Amino acid sequence: MLSVDRLSRPGLEPASFELGGGRCMALSGPSGAGKTLLLRALADLDPAEGEIRLEGKARAQMSGPEWRRRVGYLPAEPGWWSEHLEEHFLDWPTVAAQLERLSLTPAVAERPVSRLSTGERQRLGLLRALERAPRVLLLDEPTAQLDEEATAAVEALVREKMENGLALLWVTHDRHQAARVASRHFRIEAGHLRPLTDDEIARQAR
Amino acid sequence: MNYIRLDTLDLAIAALLLLAVGGLSLALQLRIGRSLAIAALRCGLQLFLVGLVLTKLFELASPWWTALAALAMILFAGREVMARQERGFARLWAYGIGTSALLMASTLVTLFALTTQVQPEPWYDPRYALPLLGMILGNTMTGIALGLQRLTEGARQQRAAIEALLCLGETRHAAMLPVTRQALTTALMPIINSLAATGLVSLPGMMTGQILAGVEPLQAVKYQLLIMFLIAGGTTLGAVAAVFTGLYRLTDARARLRLDRLAGE
Repeated sequence: MLSVDRLSRPGLEPASFELGGGRCMALSGPSGAGKTLLLRALADLDPAEGEIRLEGKARAQMSGPEWRRRVGYLPAEPGWWSEHLEEHFLDWPTVAAQLERLSLTPAVAERPVSRLSTGERQRLGLLRALERAPRVLLLDEPTAQLDEEATAAVEALVREKMENGLALLWVTHDRHQAARVASRHFRIEAGHLRPLTDDEIARQAR
Repeated sequence: MNYIRLDTLDLAIAALLLLAVGGLSLALQLRIGRSLAIAALRCGLQLFLVGLVLTKLFELASPWWTALAALAMILFAGREVMARQERGFARLWAYGIGTSALLMASTLVTLFALTTQVQPEPWYDPRYALPLLGMILGNTMTGIALGLQRLTEGARQQRAAIEALLCLGETRHAAMLPVTRQALTTALMPIINSLAATGLVSLPGMMTGQILAGVEPLQAVKYQLLIMFLIAGGTTLGAVAAVFTGLYRLTDARARLRLDRLAGE
């Protein structure tokens, strides 16, 4: 589905990998190692060298907005352009029906966005990104501020989307979460991306 | 026209007020005496020189010399736009964007006024062309400087919101719309305010000047209205051109937000 060939930018050494449809790749690494740089380069938010293809079509053949509609990116702290929550969604009533699934109360719609908690905004940002039905979704620690129950709810929702073919790149520091959601594990250190060895994965799982 | 001529003695008497301000500064230790003296000298010298230049230009009444003077005014105004940018576009870009927007807007509006409303004979008569241009230019300059500053400041402050829109596949125009709107509102606020407050809060300088020069009040009012409308048109045209050029500089062809193109990034 997503094929990345020698993607690089200042702070990121050439990175290559393939991500299949319905698959999830976990990414970990110390802060400042280049996780966000990689995600932003993949979403085409910053200029980068190298070639990326989605379902065989080169990124250069699509406009930036066309690419980002297919390759969604949810930053650790998603941005909001209006204080009215509904204005961020294409079809709020349908989204509102999913709130309880993510342990959110329908009352979130009555508060200004700036008064929602970080955890609430993370989950709403996820719903906002999923509503546009991207083919690939880049998640930057989407459950960092959530308790166990809400984390499980987010994982279940995302897993459901994966069954429908969504490909995921999931940044997480929680090795148990990585083991739960991902089939492949990558690590980034000082701008260098590499797959985790089986030994490392086995050691993590313990 | 029947107006009262001023001679040097009249000016010297009025300047006594400045001496009084200086004395007050000394007495109250305000320490503004020095900068006041320099400002007053500059004001006197600059206006005196402008008077000489205008006298010469009016005598020549040449389209080329008039155009040259107009160009010099526009280049100075562009420099002023650049100087008023704080952490905005890099200096040359700010100068280029500001000056080209000023050139386009102020020339168009001045030519429009000269050829269809004021209609002096010949149409480029510097006695009409240069004061009209000056008034339009001064206000357009302020509008452009405010608009560009608000645009770059807004893009920095609202980066997360802009990129959230971009991440969902919006175009650069759609993602920048809130900031573009704020920039244009800020640029046009002074002229909208002065349109609304004119006559109630302040008597405009040009109208007052015409009345002192013996023009009937209603004629002076008509001139003032004409100028205000020209200023509103020029400011809008200039601000829209500058803000949209700025928008294109702040984003790239792949619809990325490029704050790295701002100074101090």
